[in-house]
Amino acid sequence: MSRLAATFEQLSKTGRKALIPFITAGDPSPDFTLPLMHAMVEAGADVIELGVPFSDPMADGPVIQRASERALDHKMSLRRVLAIATEFRKTNQQTPVVLMGYVNPIEAMGYEDFANAAQRAEIDGVLTVDLPPEEAEECVALLKVRDIDPIFLLAPNSTDERIKKMDAAGSGYLYYVSLKGVTGAGHLNTADVETKLKQIRANTRLPVAIGFGVKDAQTAKTVAGLGDGVVVGSALISKIEANLDNLERAKIEIVELLVAMRQAM
Amino acid sequence: MTEKYNMPDERGHFGPYGGMFVAETLIPPIQELNAAYQQYLNDPEFIAELDADLKHYVGRPSPLYHAERWSRELGGAQIYLKREDLNHTGAHKINNTIGQALLAKRMGKTRIIAETGAGQHGVATATVAARLGLECVIYMGAVDVVRQSLNVYRMKLLGATVVAVESGSKTLKDALNEALRDWVTNVDNTFYIIGTVAGPHPYPAMVRDFQAIIGREAKQQCQDQAGRLPDALVACVGGGSNAIGLFYPFIDDSSVKMIGVEAAGDGIETGRHSAPLCAGRPGVLHGNRTYLMEDDDGEIIETHSISAGLDYPGVGPEHAWLKDTGRAEYVNITDTEALEGFHALTRMEGIIPALESSHAMAYTMKLAPAMKKDEIIIVCLSGRGDKDMQTMAQREGIEL
Ligand SMILES: Cc1ncc(COP(=O)(O)O)c(C=O)c1O
Repeated sequence: MSRLAATFEQLSKTGRKALIPFITAGDPSPDFTLPLMHAMVEAGADVIELGVPFSDPMADGPVIQRASERALDHKMSLRRVLAIATEFRKTNQQTPVVLMGYVNPIEAMGYEDFANAAQRAEIDGVLTVDLPPEEAEECVALLKVRDIDPIFLLAPNSTDERIKKMDAAGSGYLYYVSLKGVTGAGHLNTADVETKLKQIRANTRLPVAIGFGVKDAQTAKTVAGLGDGVVVGSALISKIEANLDNLERAKIEIVELLVAMRQAM
Repeated sequence: MTEKYNMPDERGHFGPYGGMFVAETLIPPIQELNAAYQQYLNDPEFIAELDADLKHYVGRPSPLYHAERWSRELGGAQIYLKREDLNHTGAHKINNTIGQALLAKRMGKTRIIAETGAGQHGVATATVAARLGLECVIYMGAVDVVRQSLNVYRMKLLGATVVAVESGSKTLKDALNEALRDWVTNVDNTFYIIGTVAGPHPYPAMVRDFQAIIGREAKQQCQDQAGRLPDALVACVGGGSNAIGLFYPFIDDSSVKMIGVEAAGDGIETGRHSAPLCAGRPGVLHGNRTYLMEDDDGEIIETHSISAGLDYPGVGPEHAWLKDTGRAEYVNITDTEALEGFHALTRMEGIIPALESSHAMAYTMKLAPAMKKDEIIIVCLSGRGDKDMQTMAQREGIEL
């Protein structure tokens, strides 16, 4: 059983929902990421989504765009993200790490080389925003034989047919993008999410994490009532951006926010 | 060639290139667009409306002009210019925006968005939006807003909102990113008119089909004027829409050479250029797999060209395929050479070309002398140079 599957199974036994922070690796500098990952686990994170910065983050709002730019200014790359994940595993064998990003850095490395490198780094899941199942066959096959879960996105306009397709292609969990828009946008409509989750559940038995629009303890609580996991990204990265001159402060604020979310969930 | 060219496949693949690499929220609108496009492509009423607009509003057919003096001067092949510069709004871009706007109307969309580099596509989009009474938002890199300020003003006059994009390199690719972000946010009422043969399927095929009027006319006109097929076709390649528009109707005519001209900027060897087919490698950007300018880590690198319309790190996936199969050849022309092409056409034929098109002119100056006097080159004069007066003057140290 993959580390992700085991994590969600364990959580569901205790009736707990997964808290899944997203940070961009290397933001604002490479040496900040590893201690932040450990701190987030201590604050109650169950899974970590580690963003791989890309020069053209088409699905991201301004906050994560700027995070990518800061990381790229320090020459962060897929290889270096994998190196950070490898370091993380040396002292944490429990918490699943999911790489989240765009397909081109993976293409540049080569699908097979990437799958091998991800396996060596003990990566648990790979979420590629611009690689829908139609284009993902080769990549998915290479990941699955290495026990790495391919994570797919669902959107408010996904049909039954699409959800079934994601259920077949994906594993670990499905990521429901709760609103039409980019990361960090708008606020979510609880009733809409509730309705959509019913449709999703009818078409998959995979755990469903919900992201986009989770900003604070209150929204985390609401979303936790609807899905199996809560993803928070831009709200955390905003703390980094607000404290670029005092990163210790940034880390403290991120931890405080996660603790508040964890308690509220 | 025995088998007829039949690309892309139904999922939008040109061999390994093309496809549909987009975030999940964009899958439903892209499927909806593809269905509408497949339906109307063969709908006689739609075709009739499109043809009427192209004739009465755009001014088609555009002339195929035998540049006799220039041909004589160069001492080789006979050069014919396909005069897309004479279209309404001054470039080939409107062939495509007219078509996509008619689709948008059929699909009941009330809001149009587009990206633009040189501003020609933005102007062509704002123009059709004005005519159909649709809300229009144009994304343009902040760098391009400055160097193509005349076109920004035109778009505003036409009622469009022009958003200066400040992210990344602040040029065409970033405008495309921002337009995609808008689309994902407003999918229900918004139609995204992509300006070149890039983007996810069905855009590369759809934009090609709308631009193929260039080659269909040219083929007939060449037959009428010279009594035969041309020997070579030359067109500049940014995303590649004017080039594929000219090439496509000739693809099965294997005697016709097809040559795409990329922007070499300061020179390929300097790294400061916009020539992914000549000097890049395959990757995925903006919804399709194609040749890209990227670093070893797969990050897209900044491009350089004197012409904003060629300043793009990718290229339409069909060109990637035509390159790999050898059906088309891709060459490159530096900024300096393009300026020579610009001046040559202006002084020799009294036609001021766009800086984009000037790349095709400059290559023609190399190609024609190496060919026989009874051979024929058709060059796509994709746009007129009015928009570039500021850039030219600045480059030559003249205050306007
Ligand atoms: C006059 C002109 N020619 C060519 C281009 C390049 O586009 P494409 O390669 O799609 O024809 C542009 C783009 O702005 C243009 O304005």
